[in-house]
Amino acid sequence: MLFTSYEFLGFLVVLFILYYALPSRAQWPLLLAASYLFYGCADPSYLLYILATTGTTYGAARFIQKNADRQRAYLKAHKQALSREEQQAYKARQKAIRRRWLVGGLLIGLGNLAVVKYTNFVISNLNGILSALGQGEPLSFVTLAMPMGISFYTFQAVGYLVDVYRGTVTAEKNPFRVALFLAFFPQLVQGPISRYGELSQTLYAPHPFSARRVARGLQRMLWGYFKKLVIADRLLPAILVLTGDSAAYSGAYVLVGMFFYTVNLYADFTGGIDITIGIAEAMGITLPENFHRPYFSKSLKEYWRRWHMTMSFWFRDYVFYPVSTSSFMWKLTKFCRSRLGSQVGRRVPVYLSSFLVWLATGVWHGASWNFIVWGLGNFAILMISEELEPLYARFHRRFYVDGALWYKVFQVGRTFLLVSALKLFDCYACVGETFRAFGSIFTAGNWHIFWDGSLLGLGLTLTDYGVLAASTLLVVCVSLAQRAGSVRDAIHSRPYPVRFALWYALFLAVLLMGAYGIGYDASQFIYNRF
Amino acid sequence: MIRMKETKRTRSLITFFLSALIVLLTLWLLQRLLVPKYAADVVEGALVAEYYQEENKDFDVIFVGDCEVYENFSPVTLWEEYGIHSYIRGSAQQYIWQSYYLLEDTLRYHTPQVVIFNVQSMQFSQAQNEAYNRMTLEGMEWSGSKVKSILASMTEEEQFLDYVFPILRYHTRWSELTGDDVRYLFQSRPVSHNGYYMRVDVKPAENVPGGQILADYSFGERAWDYLERMVQLCQAHDIQLILIKAPSLYPYWYPEWEAQIEDFARERDLPYLNFLELTEETGIDYSTDTYDAGLHMNLSGAEKLSDYMGKILREEYGVPDRRGDPQLDRIWADNLAAYEAEQQAQYECYGMTPQQEGG
Repeated sequence: MLFTSYEFLGFLVVLFILYYALPSRAQWPLLLAASYLFYGCADPSYLLYILATTGTTYGAARFIQKNADRQRAYLKAHKQALSREEQQAYKARQKAIRRRWLVGGLLIGLGNLAVVKYTNFVISNLNGILSALGQGEPLSFVTLAMPMGISFYTFQAVGYLVDVYRGTVTAEKNPFRVALFLAFFPQLVQGPISRYGELSQTLYAPHPFSARRVARGLQRMLWGYFKKLVIADRLLPAILVLTGDSAAYSGAYVLVGMFFYTVNLYADFTGGIDITIGIAEAMGITLPENFHRPYFSKSLKEYWRRWHMTMSFWFRDYVFYPVSTSSFMWKLTKFCRSRLGSQVGRRVPVYLSSFLVWLATGVWHGASWNFIVWGLGNFAILMISEELEPLYARFHRRFYVDGALWYKVFQVGRTFLLVSALKLFDCYACVGETFRAFGSIFTAGNWHIFWDGSLLGLGLTLTDYGVLAASTLLVVCVSLAQRAGSVRDAIHSRPYPVRFALWYALFLAVLLMGAYGIGYDASQFIYNRF
Repeated sequence: MIRMKETKRTRSLITFFLSALIVLLTLWLLQRLLVPKYAADVVEGALVAEYYQEENKDFDVIFVGDCEVYENFSPVTLWEEYGIHSYIRGSAQQYIWQSYYLLEDTLRYHTPQVVIFNVQSMQFSQAQNEAYNRMTLEGMEWSGSKVKSILASMTEEEQFLDYVFPILRYHTRWSELTGDDVRYLFQSRPVSHNGYYMRVDVKPAENVPGGQILADYSFGERAWDYLERMVQLCQAHDIQLILIKAPSLYPYWYPEWEAQIEDFARERDLPYLNFLELTEETGIDYSTDTYDAGLHMNLSGAEKLSDYMGKILREEYGVPDRRGDPQLDRIWADNLAAYEAEQQAQYECYGMTPQQEGG
């Protein structure tokens, strides 16, 4: 059931009616049933994977919690009898037990993800090595179901388990509640990646009907559908043409494809998240925001604080911090400081941890070298920027450009170009092809395509370009307006006829200009495949 | 305080209903505007709907089938020559299950004495094209038959909801609207003469391609199933079913197909007329009686076929002469006037005289 299918809309209507018609204590069990129905409709076998993750996560978290509770009770009961050293020794033993449960839970969850997502990637690379060495028969690829959204719910499970281990949340006693936390259908397939501590506050709470809240949720969904159907899906055919044959579409075409894809990915992903958050909001559930006008970022570092925020924060909290504060890193820092000086020694743990985070981010995005190079490309640019920071600061001071509007615009444009160029790795089949395509921008010299009508041969008509230009402009204007606060709140403060006209116009725009139905391939949200 | 609350509630209710009314009205208008009108080109899409406009639906003879009925028989000739009150429920590439459900739909209004079904559509067991589905199904009034016909016809890419709310299907037409979409917003233009699509121009049949070798000449199970259901439906309503194969030279009618239909007709004791083998009796001349090199008859060919068919209907099946019924006389006088007017208009359009046509 794609979010853009009639079936899904029908499913939502029935769910909303039941959700508010049933007693409020039945709301979250209903959501669990609906979530499993939604996921099972995609492929019943997916349910096995999520059930396995849920079972192991619940079990491991409960063991960790019980151990922590037991430790607390034991220490309380034996406070007088045990010396400080004995208490420390006892704590260390218990922590080791909890760590074993944590590692076991993580291994099963992440192992599940690794096997289904990366087995064939590993086999393909092994075959490459074997072939290069001229040895042996190539290994056969394995047929494994790649459950939709497995990366998202695995990350939520890992986050939950680590939070329980850290003691920042208490392990849930009811396994069905854990099941809902992992399988909550709006966020199941493309995030945002929620934290148990935050989501549990509204996920299981009773939510009496509120017309205002439902209306706000529907408004958010409508905006998401606008971005997905009017912009992303309308652009998609041209992107498929442009990236499907890099030899035929080189040079200026690559530039066009690069910008198209940047707009497409934004509209697709943020549109999907708007729909997700809107559905949850209509049911009184608060999901974390995943974007904060990312294309207005003035640097790549800022961009990654504003794009796919829940993923970035997840990597920060569950990879970067644990790695950079690990005992190994302390030892390494000490070693580097003593051998290479304090400047280098200070940087080593940060850069090494960042390297691992970006490597993991790349790998998470897809089982291909393109994504790994993309991740490491981000790492390299971020590290170079970090090193050049003093130089930038001097430049800003010398030329008084800090705070100047034109310079901000320049920074935003520069970051947008950089981000767009990096996204090219998403578009092509291999790293070599991506570099060749990018290089051709500067060598092909086919700039005439911008005025000789070639762009009309990409599967987009003049009307399509008009619709895309107008709707993209609207999205930009809304983003700019968001600087002053919520646009929905601003609209809500207007008289009813104005509100009605604005939302109904948006609805008609989706209805009439959306790329859906016969003649358009119903396209999955890009992040569903992760 | 209570009164204030009540006033507020009343105001909210009025606002809600007014908003809902505006939404429904604008959506309905938009839908009317965006659906194809089939008024100027591809008029075949308007044929099925025209039936419901008929003042007197008490037809004695109903034709069902594809272009081989609605372009090859003229009900006006049947009336003029034999006083037979008939209608063609034809549409472009009408599949046999669609013919069956159109017949079922027709029986909601009246029970004809004779149903004539053209067997060319037996070649299909699955719908081939969404556009053709639309041309047959959209024109049907909503009934159980329409629902079943849609469900039986939909290709993989189609959605039932798109038939319920055609705006979902035609939402992109806003960029290709023409004057006709506004002109025929609320009322359609008649395009047929009791379901007959008239063409007076001539294009002789020359070098008609033969049939390609097929892997399997058997008609599909689904086609047979619907033919059987059609036979049973006719039996249940005491209707004489006549199977025909119109004299269209292309698509090719294979001898293997002919043999299967002959066997079926013999087994079910049904009359079967293959007009491809009756050219001498009907007087069809492929150099003058077709407007597209043998695929379909022009007016001359259609009138010859109708004349021949009318004689059979009268003599062998006793279809009554309804001339003299004041209501039908009036209706058919109007039909005839429209028929002649279009005939004249087409002669002028093609720069022809009646003599240049086969007649």
